[in-house]
Amino acid sequence: MDDPRTVRGDDHRSGSGPVVVLYGDVTCHRCQEATRRLRAAPVELVWRHLVLRARGPRPRALAHALEGAARQGRFWPLLDRLLGDPAHTEDPDLWRVAGELGLDVPRFDADRRDGACVDRVDRDLRDALALGAVGTPAILVGDRPVDHGVPDERWIDALVADHLRR
Amino acid sequence: MAIIAAGTPVPDITLKREDGTDFTTADLRGRTTVLVFYPFAFSPVCTDQLQVYEEVVRELADQGAVLYGVSTDATWSQTAFREQLGVSIEQLSDFEPKGAASKALGAYFEPAGMTNRALVVVGPDGVVAWSHLADSPGHLPGVDKLREGVAAVAA
Repeated sequence: MDDPRTVRGDDHRSGSGPVVVLYGDVTCHRCQEATRRLRAAPVELVWRHLVLRARGPRPRALAHALEGAARQGRFWPLLDRLLGDPAHTEDPDLWRVAGELGLDVPRFDADRRDGACVDRVDRDLRDALALGAVGTPAILVGDRPVDHGVPDERWIDALVADHLRR
Repeated sequence: MAIIAAGTPVPDITLKREDGTDFTTADLRGRTTVLVFYPFAFSPVCTDQLQVYEEVVRELADQGAVLYGVSTDATWSQTAFREQLGVSIEQLSDFEPKGAASKALGAYFEPAGMTNRALVVVGPDGVVAWSHLADSPGHLPGVDKLREGVAAVAA
């Protein structure tokens, strides 16, 4: 199995700069805030899923929806919409947003229930647990221990400064 | 306070189950037991920890191991906590006398008057097979530690 600390060819990546891998759940407030901050920061953000069964079925369904959107190149736009309006993430909301993002909605709906999407989310969960994640968000930077904080300006500045020194 | 070491028989302890009955040293015999000590019900950090551990309950059960959450909270609080978390991990209360079992196992944090962040794995023979005390109560052991502890029973 490949090393989850390295960026993979099928990872969802956005931005440029030092790599920050975030294992998250779009229904988790801390993940929402961490993602918003990292999306606006000069970093390369890699999003992976950490959806816990104890939190009910919706986090997992939304992770599958993100993977379904990724099949049509709309992972980040859908993630941004879910983060921007976390109160509206039921299936009718997903169909509406998918349409607004220009997705082929019937295809999106089939894809998000596809076994490969489910496997992808399960793989991310297994990796996060093996890395020692004990909550969300779980953030990986290089060889550092898993970090469960919400990155603030100081954290981001230090990361970028360290990256520039290398 | 040092955590109870591997190879040590578990001393006489009594905790309260969620149904009000006693959980004693005798209940440790015959299967592997993982005691997950956490400081407080409803604290944000503990919330994440037990939800993450829930992911491996079945995996550990397949290895003959049962997980329990242990804190000095009263049973009613623990049950409400477990239900809110959506986890199946049974809770054991070390409420009265406060922390007596946790102290006997070296899993009590005197400065704050609470259970420390610790894991104790007891083999079917009632002897500690593996133990772990976090560097601080805010430092959570991941499921990699649970796996390491249960593997120590089989070793």
